[in-house]
Formats: sequence, structure tokens, C-alpha cells
Amino acid sequence: MSDAAPVKKGKGTIFLTLEVCKGCSYCIDFCPAHCLEFSREFNRKGYHYPVLASPEDCTGCDLCGLYCPDFAIFGMRFKDIEQRRQAAAPEPLIPARG
Amino acid sequence: MSATDVLSCEFENPVMPYLRQERLPHIWCPGCGIGTTVNCFTRALADSGMDLDKVAIVSGIGCTGRVAGYMNLDSFHTTHGRAIPFATGLKLANPELKVVVYSGDGDLSAIGGNHLIHAARRNMDLMVVCVNNFTYGMTGGQVAPTTPLGATQTTMPYGNFETPFNLPFLADACGAVYVARWTVYHVKQLAKAMLEGLKKKGFVFIEAMAPCPTLYSRRNRLGDGVDQLKYYKEKSKIVNGANTKDVGLSLFQGDIVVGKFVDRERPTWLDAMNEHFTQHFGEKFTPYGVSHAQD
Repeated sequence: MSDAAPVKKGKGTIFLTLEVCKGCSYCIDFCPAHCLEFSREFNRKGYHYPVLASPEDCTGCDLCGLYCPDFAIFGMRFKDIEQRRQAAAPEPLIPARG
Repeated sequence: MSATDVLSCEFENPVMPYLRQERLPHIWCPGCGIGTTVNCFTRALADSGMDLDKVAIVSGIGCTGRVAGYMNLDSFHTTHGRAIPFATGLKLANPELKVVVYSGDGDLSAIGGNHLIHAARRNMDLMVVCVNNFTYGMTGGQVAPTTPLGATQTTMPYGNFETPFNLPFLADACGAVYVARWTVYHVKQLAKAMLEGLKKKGFVFIEAMAPCPTLYSRRNRLGDGVDQLKYYKEKSKIVNGANTKDVGLSLFQGDIVVGKFVDRERPTWLDAMNEHFTQHFGEKFTPYGVSHAQD
């Protein structure tokens, strides 16, 4: 990141299992910080999945995680991520089936 | 931060322990709202801190009937419309269980309509989540008892002329102790209503309006699932404690009244039975299922 006037400091990020995403755009349209947008690439099923377009705006509020009908996306605050990293070794996510 | 960093999955989704992961991805269409209601339900389960061995989920037939197969709970996928009778039997055989009936509008109000009103009348200790998508999704978009006037369906190609059910009014009139309606747009409120429903004793009825992009929206040229959510956002009005008489959804794409309509106390069926027989037989009668483990 450049040091020229950072508008907002990022507080969180999203995690996405991109192979189960069906591109319904719930998370993109209802993100309170408007920081998600469609990817240019397709996933294996042929849908455009969301990407974090402006990571500095994401607050990790997890509203995308609550909206997602496919349990593909969820948000986390950086402080919770740190906490979990320190607490235990993270479990790997299940491999998505095509 | 590059895009690949965002996509790397270091952590497990917090809802995953509540789902049967080997069955995912699920069969619901892109833009279908049922997945979002399941997401809200898992959050409610997580917040309630209940022992998952003491929660059972029962569903009928239909798209929403699939929920029982995806939840990592004791579950049963019953025959069409008979989710509530099965759940009643489950509850009475093991009163320690919290039984959740998760089904669609066609299953609960059409084929199982009789069971719905009588379970509400008896105040059976069940939580009923009715996902209302205004159509029979799985069988191809026929007219359901909840289809609004004027909506086009496969069996009503010139628009529906049958007056639809007002489900919260039906449940309220039959005696449900907790009646709420939320849409898939109101995820936080829906999760909170489900949490309150899990904690509440008695017949809980929660209507969750969900878009059906493949049949209802496409037949009526309403766009995608997310367009329906925008309609919910624009036209819905939160009136907690509203008279359920006034919350009908008979107008096509009309105003929606959402909120928690009814929250009252009534003796449940088991409590009424125990009280009645104790009055009659006195010490000879041993009350059945009085210890509710999760209360």
C-alpha cells in the first residue's frame, strides 16, 4: 500500500471457497462498505465469484457471510484472525467438489 | 493485498460445523434465498449455545425440505405435508428435544395446512420455519396458496385470481405464541427471530420470505434473486406488534409488513395435559416430560 493518504485503514478481510460460489451477487450488492465486486475469472462451475476490490474499506463485519446462500464467503476482523492464529493451528477447509 | 491472498482459505467458515459438509454444495439455484435462511438458522443455533444432540430438524417435501438433509443435526425428511405430525410425535416421545420444522409454504400451508392449524391450536412445543417463496418451486412453478393476486404461474398463465393465505394471521388466529415474518433481506432480524424461537416454549411460527429466481421471478419477469431482495428492501416496513390481520401479501409486488407480530404465553399441550390429569387423578398421575433440559 502506498503511504499517500490512506483513506481508511482496513479492519478485516473476507475468505471465500470459490468453487461453491454460484455468483448470486447477494454479498456484492448488500456489502455495507461496497468493497466487493465480481471477478473477471470464472470458477470451475462457470460463475463469476466476488473479490475484495477495495480491501482498505472492508471492516470484516461478516454480513456477506450471513447473506451467502452457498456458505462460500465469510468475513473476519484482523484482530479475530490474530487471536485464532495464536490460539491454535487453523484447520484446513474441506476441498470443494467440482 | 492481492486477489489470491483473499481467496486463500485459511479458516473454516463458522457455519460449517452445523452443516453436513460432504453434501455441499447444495442443490438450490443461484439466487435462491433458502440458503440464506439456513445461514441465519445456523447463526441462531450457534448463538443459542444449545446442545446439538438435543435439537432435531424435520422437514417436508420441496426445495426447502432439503434443509433437513444439509443440517448436521438429527433430522428427518418426511412425506409431503407431514412434517408437523412427525415433529409432534418426536416431541411427545422425547420431550427433551427442541424440534424444529423447516419447510416451505406449499408443504406447510397447502398439503400440510390442516396439521399447521391444529399444531398451533394445541400449542405444540415446535418451532416452525416457513420459507415462503410464493410458488411450488420443486415441481415447476404451480400456483401455491401464497401466490399473490395477479402473479403469473405455470398453472395460471393469465395471472392468479385466488386470494392467498395470510400466514401470520392464520398462525395467530390458531393460537401460536410467537409469530414473526422477515424476508431474506433482513438477515440479522431473521437470525434473531430464530434465536428467540429456539428459546421460546410453545408453537413458534416464523415466515421467511425468499426469492425463487428460477420459477417465480422468471415467470413474472422480476429479474434475479438479488432484484427480489432489492424489492424487499424497498417495499418492506418493519412494524413490530402489528395486527396480523393487516399484514397480508395479496398484492403482487406490493408493500410487505415485516416484524415480530405476536409474542405471548400459553400453556403448551404437554403442560395442559399434565395439569388436567393432575387435577383429575391427583397423586396417582405422574406428569410426563416436565424436565425441559434446555430451558
